[in-house]
Amino acid sequence: MIGIEHYLVVSSILFVMGVLGIFLNRKNVIIILMAIELILLAVNINLVAFSVFLGDLTGQIFAMFVLTVAAGEAAIGLAILVIYFRGRGTIAVDDVNRMKG
Amino acid sequence: MELNASLSLVRPEIILSFSALALLLLAAWKDQAGRLISILAVAALGAAAAFTASALGSGASAPAFDGLMVNDAFGNFSKLLIYIAAAVSLTIAPRFLEKAGAMRAEYPVLIVLSCIGMGIMVSATDLISLYIGLELQSLSAYVLASFVRSDGRSAEAGLKYFVLGGLASGMLLFGASLVYGFAGSTSFAAIGLAMDKEVGLGLIFGIVFILSGLAFKISAAPFHMWTPDVYEGAPTPVTAFFASAPKVAAIALLMRVVLEAFGSQVLVWQQIIIAVALMSIIIGAVGAIGQQNLKRLMAYSSINNVGFILIGLATGTEQGIAAMLVYLTIYVAMTLGGFVCLMQLKDKDGNYREEFADIAGLSKTRPALAAAFAIFMFSLAGIPPLFGFWGKLVVFNAAVAAGLLPLAVIGIAASVIGAFYYLKVVKVMYFDDAADVIADSDDKVLVWTGGILAAANSPLGYFAIPVLGVWTAVAAKALF
Repeated sequence: MIGIEHYLVVSSILFVMGVLGIFLNRKNVIIILMAIELILLAVNINLVAFSVFLGDLTGQIFAMFVLTVAAGEAAIGLAILVIYFRGRGTIAVDDVNRMKG
Repeated sequence: MELNASLSLVRPEIILSFSALALLLLAAWKDQAGRLISILAVAALGAAAAFTASALGSGASAPAFDGLMVNDAFGNFSKLLIYIAAAVSLTIAPRFLEKAGAMRAEYPVLIVLSCIGMGIMVSATDLISLYIGLELQSLSAYVLASFVRSDGRSAEAGLKYFVLGGLASGMLLFGASLVYGFAGSTSFAAIGLAMDKEVGLGLIFGIVFILSGLAFKISAAPFHMWTPDVYEGAPTPVTAFFASAPKVAAIALLMRVVLEAFGSQVLVWQQIIIAVALMSIIIGAVGAIGQQNLKRLMAYSSINNVGFILIGLATGTEQGIAAMLVYLTIYVAMTLGGFVCLMQLKDKDGNYREEFADIAGLSKTRPALAAAFAIFMFSLAGIPPLFGFWGKLVVFNAAVAAGLLPLAVIGIAASVIGAFYYLKVVKVMYFDDAADVIADSDDKVLVWTGGILAAANSPLGYFAIPVLGVWTAVAAKALF
């Protein structure tokens, strides 16, 4: 029998992978965008699993909102990336350093 | 009928939504109407602020949309501050953006959209409306940061802001999902009730994630690393906006979440807030010391000030919340003033300058500008008799009254370290040899805005204390 804890473990693993994907990735900004999507996916798994186990619809509605906003966020992220690429001709993470961080 | 009642409670947001759409249509029809649309956007913000002020005067509190939002004095006070700060950052922008070839109509529209998001943030009483408001504000802000497309620094700022902002939203959401699962509801009131009994590990994880996500948004240490880069890279009017309005919104949101949803378990979040406050104060003070860029300096200054504001929250008392709101109001005036002064630093070819070396000996060539800048710096450092001192005084007062004496002592000691770099700005302006790079300003709008803000930060500001005191007290009461 699959219980709530299984879902929580899966979503936690996805979340940690997303966070690590942002910090350990030295290659490409696109991969960072994918990592952010992975984090939101982990959240959605959590919300839907809780919603089913609580017998409460709110979590599923919340998940729909998260999906919608995630689409908007990806669009804006890619748009900014296009501007950045036009100016610099590269999207390697190591080159994002015109200001010292 | 129920819907009508709810809609009448969110009048400012409705005004702003319709104006944003109408202005976007106008921009599609009329090319090069950036200035006109800016003026109309300021008018829309003024109308929204007028409605908010009248609602604040009545002091009523009413839930809207089945408890997704609330219209109360706290939200209205924050909204008033947000709308005014946004209107100022719209007013000062046109010249700067025209010079960069970016005075497009999207700038005012994005600011208005961001203000709608902030209005929802400060009146949200449910995790879903909290998220929607926060994202509407953040998504507009990412675009604003990279608004000057031809400038590589602006695009880089936008990219960094987007990535770290996305991570912050993700953390906040993950926390929200855990809180929803373990408390069984997304409404703040229901979460508060569920927390009355006992707090399990799942809920604590959720609270920590939510607080981390919000700490990102208010640029509190240890989640501050994006701030200097984004502040330096974004166009200066946009930086002025970032340092004022969204910060008010995120701090107000943090106050409401912490007190309404987690208010029954003060001990759970108090340690986190104290740690974050102390780290912000110290990192903000120490990090600024070696900076050569004035915008980066203002970024560290904002981190430092957020720390002082959080001291008020750490008390968890009504007095502390009122003190935070007082500090927040004064902080907005100080920081906007600082950026208005920065924007007047133009050399003879009309290029904007933002380095320490450029302001050397400014008092000889531009005495009025140097005096205004000095007022803002002294005020940010909290040196009496300037108005910034009052903000620090009420916050520390509240901390001492709540028994947080060590916190207040460390805060005061760190504010002395912070005073070093504020005084360095004054020293460079008044005692160094004149570099003579800054030309006379021809922008009357900036001169007037700077003058008004300098007057507000001067000891004249103390005349506002009675009104400010009453309003913040009413607003703080709404949270308890």
